[in-house]
Amino acid sequence: MAQSTVRPPAARRDAAPAEAAVPPRASSRVPLRHRLRRDRVLLLMVLPALLLLLVFHYVPLIGNVVAFQDYDPYIADNAFQAMSQSPWIGFEHFRHMAEDRLFWQAVRNTLAIFAIQLALFFPVPVLLALFVHSFARPRVRAVAQAVLYLPHFFSWVLVITVFQQMFGGAGLIAQVLRDHGHEGFDLMTDPGLFKFLITFELIWKDAGWGVIVFLAALAAVGPDLYEAAAMDGAGRWRRIWHIQLPALRPVVALLLVLQVGNALTVGFEQILLQRTAVGPTASEVLDTYVWNTGLDNGNFGYGAAIGIVKGVFGLLMVLGANKAAHLMGEQGVYKR
Amino acid sequence: MSVLDFGIKPGSRSGLRPVWEEPPTRAGLATKGVTLTLVCLAVLFPVWVVVVTSLSSVRTITETGGLVVIPRGVTFLHYQELLSGGQVSRAALVSVGVAVVGTLFSMTVSVLCAYGLSRPGSVLHRPILLLIVATMFFGAGLIPTYLVVQGLGLTDTYLSLILPSALNVFNILVLRAFFMGTAQELIESARIDGAGDLRILWRIVMPLSRAVLAVITLFYAVGYWSAWFNASIYLSDPDMLPLQNVMQQLVIKQQRPTGLGQAINTGHLSPLAIQMAVMVLALLPVAVLSPFVQRHFKQGMLIGAVKG
Repeated sequence: MAQSTVRPPAARRDAAPAEAAVPPRASSRVPLRHRLRRDRVLLLMVLPALLLLLVFHYVPLIGNVVAFQDYDPYIADNAFQAMSQSPWIGFEHFRHMAEDRLFWQAVRNTLAIFAIQLALFFPVPVLLALFVHSFARPRVRAVAQAVLYLPHFFSWVLVITVFQQMFGGAGLIAQVLRDHGHEGFDLMTDPGLFKFLITFELIWKDAGWGVIVFLAALAAVGPDLYEAAAMDGAGRWRRIWHIQLPALRPVVALLLVLQVGNALTVGFEQILLQRTAVGPTASEVLDTYVWNTGLDNGNFGYGAAIGIVKGVFGLLMVLGANKAAHLMGEQGVYKR
Repeated sequence: MSVLDFGIKPGSRSGLRPVWEEPPTRAGLATKGVTLTLVCLAVLFPVWVVVVTSLSSVRTITETGGLVVIPRGVTFLHYQELLSGGQVSRAALVSVGVAVVGTLFSMTVSVLCAYGLSRPGSVLHRPILLLIVATMFFGAGLIPTYLVVQGLGLTDTYLSLILPSALNVFNILVLRAFFMGTAQELIESARIDGAGDLRILWRIVMPLSRAVLAVITLFYAVGYWSAWFNASIYLSDPDMLPLQNVMQQLVIKQQRPTGLGQAINTGHLSPLAIQMAVMVLALLPVAVLSPFVQRHFKQGMLIGAVKG
């Protein structure tokens, strides 16, 4: 148990030579028919997963046509029939979006939350990893990791209820304040602090979990580097600056790309669960707006249209962030 | 446990410190110790308060005026009431059922798919892989997914909690990367001995990948156990709801548990302790299971799992 953190990640490196050592199944000269026959078991194994993705990912992609329809769910009992019978209205929903005040508010909230989380959440796992790594004892590290990872496995409902019990109007802090004759206190219903509240919740839930990848990167740094640096007179902090942070750089770049690519997806379930406490002005983000207009108010076509816009911009942002990472000499999510 | 733990006498840190590292100062050690304790407390203290309150009697809760930090006696009264039938028992059973069936289903499909794509040079594996990886870059969106689930007639069935979210492409890629790392000589020699692909997967590849299988199983299980959203949009019958959704109603929306209203009004049960007990039920399985798999987590997070 305790030893795990000291071991460098081995499996990834083992994979490459093993692959290279064995000649791949001859492919080019054997006709396709024979290769299909030869690998039919493998294809059958992939089939269930492929079917699931087809039905629940690719078919819904096509289902996005409702964004160009005045979709009426009550026209037929079944969504597919309703889709085929609803009238087409072209880009009407997209035109409406441009002048929809609530939509733009959702965009602003989404970007604001993204910026706050990038500034306040993103550095925390890096600092925590450097901190945990600085403990030499395996037992201490293992216990610290066990505690830090725990909230990641809590559901959002649980995290929010825990915060409610600590910082809510009937929570522990309010209780203690009232016992000592002060006024009550309620963080959960303050619209002005909502964006920080959800960032705080995110840090509590996932900052510890984020440590894993950074710890793995730190464990992969050879002792010779530290030794050479110490010989040259580098102290503790200089070793962090010149050895550990550069070792974390590729991982940080990768996670940044992923983060930016996901900028338009901020805490959907988390916000949905507590938005009634602060109202939509402070809390509406793109995902909750889609849910609100589409599922809650039954305007499926408009909801889907917003979903498409979000998806397209999200994809562009992944590609853009990845390009930026390449330009800065990092690898990013995929290679060129 | 590990060799390192036994080789060192209590209190001697020097054995672990590399020669080039300067000896730590007393102040530095104290600061680090205090910081680590505070960080751990930030995680554990709220959980402690929830657990203690759930185990407290109605009197203790009235006397402290709400949440209980220092335990005064332990009673399982509220757990007994919640688990002797009724809303919460049913919800807990639903959650366990969905988590068990769903995890088995997800693991079977993911492992088969990962192995099917892991043999070098097999026919069509590149286009199929591309089709699978592509789903990570653009989601279909909430509305059309809902319409498809509704169109297939899955709403108001438990299948709607399993099928739409059954696969995590990242998990499949991690499994595939590990299966590709299995020693090819073992696989080839088994093939020469006449073993088919299924047998190779079951007898050779899977036993050699136990660690990563444990991690991915935990990830899927926690995913099903913690899921709230799908049930909130696909299920309309309140009697079908899983634990997370019932917890939302009881704790976030502060509704009274059905059937226990009388006992609360007469002061036999504390509504607060009931809420806390429901929260403990929700966190118990993950808190108990995850430490067992902890040392393998890193392998489930493999970066760069995508390989042609």
